[in-house]
Amino acid sequence: MKKLRRKVYMVAGYNTLSMGTGRKEFSPKKERPGLEEYIREAGQGTLRLIGGAHHVDECVIGNFMASRFNRQANLAAFFPYVDEGLRYKPAIRVEGACATGGLALMSGIKSVLAETAEVVLVIGVEVQNTVKAIYCADYLAGAGWFKNRKNGHAYFFPGQFSDRAGSYFEKYGRDKTRQALARWFRNAIENARLCPTAQEYHNTTKDLDALGLTEPNGRAFIDNLNVFDCSKVSDGASAIAIVSEEGLKRCGIPAGEAIEVVGWGQIEEDITKPPIDPTELSTTKQAVREALSSAGITREQIGTAEIHDCFTIAGLMCMEAIGFAEKGKGADFILEGHTSRTGRVPVNTTGGLIGWGHPTGGTGVHQAVTILEQLTGKAGDAQVNIPADRPYGLTVNMGGDDKSLVSIVYRKGN
Amino acid sequence: MSYEERLQHVSVLGAAGKMGSGILLLTAVEMADISLKPENKGKPFVLNAIDVSDEALSGVMKYLKAQVLKMAEKKMVGLRKVYADRSDLIDNDEIIDQYIFDVLTLVRPSTRIEAAYDSKMIFEAIKEDPSLKSSIFSRISANNPHQPWFFTNTSSIPISKLDEDAGLAGRIIGFHFYNPPAVQKLVEIIRAEHTLQEVEAFAQQYAKNLRKVVVPSHDKAGFIGNGHFMRDILHAAGEVDKLSKDFTFVEAVYALNKISQDYLVRPMGIFQLIDYVGVDVCSFIMSVMNPYLPGEELHSPLLDKLLSLGVKGGQFSDGSQKDGILKYEKGRPVAIFDPEKNSYVAISDFQPKVDEKLGPMPVPPAWKAVVGSKTKDELLRGYFDQLKSASGLGAGLAKDYANRSCAIGLQLVTSGVAFNENDVNTVLLTGFFHAYGPVNNYLNS
Repeated sequence: MKKLRRKVYMVAGYNTLSMGTGRKEFSPKKERPGLEEYIREAGQGTLRLIGGAHHVDECVIGNFMASRFNRQANLAAFFPYVDEGLRYKPAIRVEGACATGGLALMSGIKSVLAETAEVVLVIGVEVQNTVKAIYCADYLAGAGWFKNRKNGHAYFFPGQFSDRAGSYFEKYGRDKTRQALARWFRNAIENARLCPTAQEYHNTTKDLDALGLTEPNGRAFIDNLNVFDCSKVSDGASAIAIVSEEGLKRCGIPAGEAIEVVGWGQIEEDITKPPIDPTELSTTKQAVREALSSAGITREQIGTAEIHDCFTIAGLMCMEAIGFAEKGKGADFILEGHTSRTGRVPVNTTGGLIGWGHPTGGTGVHQAVTILEQLTGKAGDAQVNIPADRPYGLTVNMGGDDKSLVSIVYRKGN
Repeated sequence: MSYEERLQHVSVLGAAGKMGSGILLLTAVEMADISLKPENKGKPFVLNAIDVSDEALSGVMKYLKAQVLKMAEKKMVGLRKVYADRSDLIDNDEIIDQYIFDVLTLVRPSTRIEAAYDSKMIFEAIKEDPSLKSSIFSRISANNPHQPWFFTNTSSIPISKLDEDAGLAGRIIGFHFYNPPAVQKLVEIIRAEHTLQEVEAFAQQYAKNLRKVVVPSHDKAGFIGNGHFMRDILHAAGEVDKLSKDFTFVEAVYALNKISQDYLVRPMGIFQLIDYVGVDVCSFIMSVMNPYLPGEELHSPLLDKLLSLGVKGGQFSDGSQKDGILKYEKGRPVAIFDPEKNSYVAISDFQPKVDEKLGPMPVPPAWKAVVGSKTKDELLRGYFDQLKSASGLGAGLAKDYANRSCAIGLQLVTSGVAFNENDVNTVLLTGFFHAYGPVNNYLNS
């Protein structure tokens, strides 16, 4: 186990709604809150829980592509808008595509470890419904190498993961894999129905398996995945405070209401290179390996995981990358129920990217908030059982096609 | 001349109208898609949008731009392949902008009929006036060296008559779109007696490329769609007359509109449908059809009377409904025109009274719920079984209405308009969005 120079905790998680199709409040024609309103709501949510802005030493905001979705840059300067008490405090904006949230957390963790801060306010945000999905696809394609855009699919990232799914089908069989993807979708929706902020909270579809098994149509969309295999376009923000022991005291929060960061893997792979093996998430595998080894634990000690299912096939491959399932056995693992909320390792207990939503720059922070809720017993209706002998929570946050990776291991504070 | 060559120079007459603008849009996109094939690079493609008003033509260009944008967004997967060799177009929005430009640059708006003198194909969607149509056709034919083909959108005039009057020697076919052409899947194709084989082959190909559902109809005035609709109107008008002993005019219109919508499970009531098409248009279609229907009086004194009082209906250019027999708020009927008072009477004033007079009725399934249902037939059968045994005034009117609609459908087959019952049902299902075809055995099984 890598010995940290001091303990690092996360507390005071807050999620806005994940807004987009599926929410009753959402209508593409109706005016919606802007980027700054999501930032402010999430930021204020966490500030309230830590006793106010005067407790904060530094701020980090994670955002992927506001420059295109909202024509807005210089996002760190929104912190004083969140609360006047943050005026003149140090703040920074970080970006790493869909791993942005995870990188924002890492930035906060390092500030605490560097002892420049006892309390760091971290916000992750993305507001994407400013454009239709077909244009959204262009903006999100920025997570890949721009030189690949021209020859890429109209829906660039769905196309990338459709190709991965195609390779996987070819190698390990299509039928069972498609069934497992449909089950992944069903689990995601069923979990989301237990979380009031989830984008699929209002979902009332009865036969989710049948929907998940909708035959993909490459003429209108992509060859190997249907729309239910894909996370939706979401607006949302999440915030959390990263604190030292001193920071906990300052905010008056007992360690038992916090989660402790016990290890991580934060790595990058070459964006200009195609995947080494399209049927596996090699970078994810390496990041999780580093996270577990730095935490000094084995994957058997994980009680729950929040993983990056931007597509159902990514969720399946992630089960193999973590090592929950052997290579080629991810479908069985899912179909045997091990990832469901009553299974061996409940995965994505508030719906994940498919069910809760995927406001890209906010997702990594949202994962931490869910782990915080689960490990401290505050997940409400979505609460799962965390066995005493498997007290750890794991997150996997992926940017691009398995390029930027942040995986963090947590346990409840004590 | 190949299909593609023929589509290199086309004119749409009446291009700024409700039907013409839709035909213009679909044809422009079909031509653009052909022009963008690698083998057609550099070949000129021209689509004249001809209409009488400059103002309307400028509106049609805005309509085209908005519609092509929507279509491009939907077919983005294919468009990326079409523009694969354009290294300067990378993002979807760049490709979409280029596509809109490529479609719109084919289109040449003009108020001059002479523009059609160079076209190989003429689509016509002008006023439903036989002598106007044939005089324009013969003028174009006489001045055009390409022996152009004429695709008329008439919904009522026999094609053979136009062929003969304009002297086209079979270079004409009925190609009847439904409103709005860009949305409605149905096309009635009507061969005239002498329509050339290659003209029909082209029509079939064109309909297929536009992904339309084709129903052939014999060349009898009104074809299938209006053949049913106009007689349906006359039935409703007749019932309104019959009710005049116990109902005021507005009450009777309300009752029949409700019966034909709710209790026949249709998307709109008969009087709302007349308004949608236009009281004037309906009346005009009847007058065009009537001379070709010996032994049948296809004429509605009620529509004449309403027209004489200025009640017209029809739509605003944005597609919203104008007041007609009914008055609309947010697209819903709220009042009915009273010819005696020459003003509208609010439906809420008499609705409870009329509903009571209509008597107990089985609860019909909502049209919207039926059309999208996998158990459609079961739902309808269950409802009509109940209706069959219901006995009040309303139930009687509903049964008479359904039986008359069925009889009209059968008449269209026996009188040689439709090839078969199935075609009649397809037209009503597809072109009128009915939940079921008129020729059915729901009430007599």
